[in-house]
Amino acid sequence: MSFLHDSFIVFRRQLRMNLRNPAWVIIGMLQPVMYLVLFGPLLKPLIQQFGATNAYTFFVPGMLIQLGIFGAFFAGFGLIGEWRDGVIEAERVTPASRTALLFGRLLRDLLQLFVQAVILVGLGYLMGMDAPLGGVVLGVVITLLVGGACAAASNAFALTVKSEDVMAPVINMVMMPVLLLSGILLPMTIGPKWLLRASDFMPVRHIVDATRDVFGGEVMTSAVAWGVGWSLVFFVGAMWWGTAVFKRENS
Amino acid sequence: MSMIEARGLVQVFQTRQGKKKTEVRAVDGVDLDIAEGEVVGFLGPNGAGKTTTLRMLTTLLKPTAGTARVAGYDVTTESEQVRRNIGYVSQAGGISSYARAGEEVMDHGMLYGRTRQQVEQRGKELFEQLQLDGLWERTARQMSGGQKRRLDIAMGLIHDPTLIFLDEPTTGLDPQARANLWEHIADLRRKHGATICLTTHYLDEADALSDRIVIIDRGRIVASDTADNLKAAVAGDLVDLELADPARVAEAARQLDALTEADVEIDGNRVSGRIPQAGRAVPGLLRELDRTGIVLDAIEVHRPTLDDVFLELTGRSLRDAEATETGSAESGQNEGGEAA
Repeated sequence: MSFLHDSFIVFRRQLRMNLRNPAWVIIGMLQPVMYLVLFGPLLKPLIQQFGATNAYTFFVPGMLIQLGIFGAFFAGFGLIGEWRDGVIEAERVTPASRTALLFGRLLRDLLQLFVQAVILVGLGYLMGMDAPLGGVVLGVVITLLVGGACAAASNAFALTVKSEDVMAPVINMVMMPVLLLSGILLPMTIGPKWLLRASDFMPVRHIVDATRDVFGGEVMTSAVAWGVGWSLVFFVGAMWWGTAVFKRENS
Repeated sequence: MSMIEARGLVQVFQTRQGKKKTEVRAVDGVDLDIAEGEVVGFLGPNGAGKTTTLRMLTTLLKPTAGTARVAGYDVTTESEQVRRNIGYVSQAGGISSYARAGEEVMDHGMLYGRTRQQVEQRGKELFEQLQLDGLWERTARQMSGGQKRRLDIAMGLIHDPTLIFLDEPTTGLDPQARANLWEHIADLRRKHGATICLTTHYLDEADALSDRIVIIDRGRIVASDTADNLKAAVAGDLVDLELADPARVAEAARQLDALTEADVEIDGNRVSGRIPQAGRAVPGLLRELDRTGIVLDAIEVHRPTLDDVFLELTGRSLRDAEATETGSAESGQNEGGEAA
């Protein structure tokens, strides 16, 4: 049980430091609110064209995945600062499990994401979203899988390159196609055929589609199978990568 | 009991310069024995392999070749037991700039499986011993360099290790803070009976703190002995004469030469050479100079320093070695504090 104990110590330390930083708390809370309040209304008049009826039932799932991916991508930046302060090395000379050093940090990222998801979904309901609770729960689980994967990948990448200057452009490079091709803001179906075809190769689009389906109350669709499948692949792959990097000697 | 027993430790890094891959042998066959209770200083220029050696002994880096037993356990096969028994204070420290000091130290102790009560009590004791009273709630960012460094040490001691590694403990501190930290490091052995391994590129620091000095250059141990023995091995004290009349230097050089087997150097109106036990030889030299009417402007006698030892062993002065080797193997690989 020392793995859980060690993970908890790391988690609590991370969370405590984050909670003491008011900017972290406020930005974290405001992000989902701003997307819903400032972008949601723009979708309302367009929603008929998407073949959907409720703008928020369409929009909230996309926002969830966006928060899960983009928020978590930045998790690694904090790790570089810690590495520079010698924190990672100091933790690595303790007998604590090295996987726990990653796991504790991921727990913090997942908790943050979970709270944001709850705010987003709650506010969505308030603004008129129409989604079955079971579907929403499944949607949030998919979000946490994707978010956990991105946070693990971000931490692994951060500890490999150890430089914000390398990390920032790479994240930008990854985020651009993800944002444009996954139908997070607008559905890919309203565009030309070639663009839709291109988006078929973007795994995140399938994850967004899956989340939309479960929010719409449809669980047994092929989109859900693809989306959940991709989320699991990402999650397992990123965990494997993160664990390998944290366990590696000399990182 | 032997606290550290290393045989043939080697660490090879792959570095890339443009497209060409090169191998750097940062540590190139280190044998080391350190007994319980010893304070050993690793002296060498930046990039000599001190930190890399320490990182292998603390299980942070897997040796490319060779074996080491630390605190009775093998660093590769029993690394967890090694970690349980050692404290390591890296160059970068280990305290987040934004975390509160006390909590940071307690969390660290809890990663060793200590309970909250245990680490809180021990942490407060250590804060008192290391003159950190009243800083429990403060963040590292709000501390002076010396306070921050003492905090790093408190963190390294929270689990009462019997063997402590200190990597460049006083780099970047002002002289007063250094002297203060030296006191605390000396206390570690006096009061805790700890075995201490420290690296430094400061001669005076190695001299002041260590029972034994291990000189490392280019990944190898070139000498290992007490400071006094190392200095005694250098051929004598440096006697430096400055003549009033430059025309008489050759004559003065001949007189100095008669007292030593080493070379005598002439530089303008200055003559210098190493004489074994200068204290006994110099009065005779002065009488002889006086008798032959050679007038001195100045005479200086220097006891050998560790820099002389380093020069003797490697053919380079420690300061020169520093200037040419900064930024080689060690720096790119590991420590965050290097650039500071």
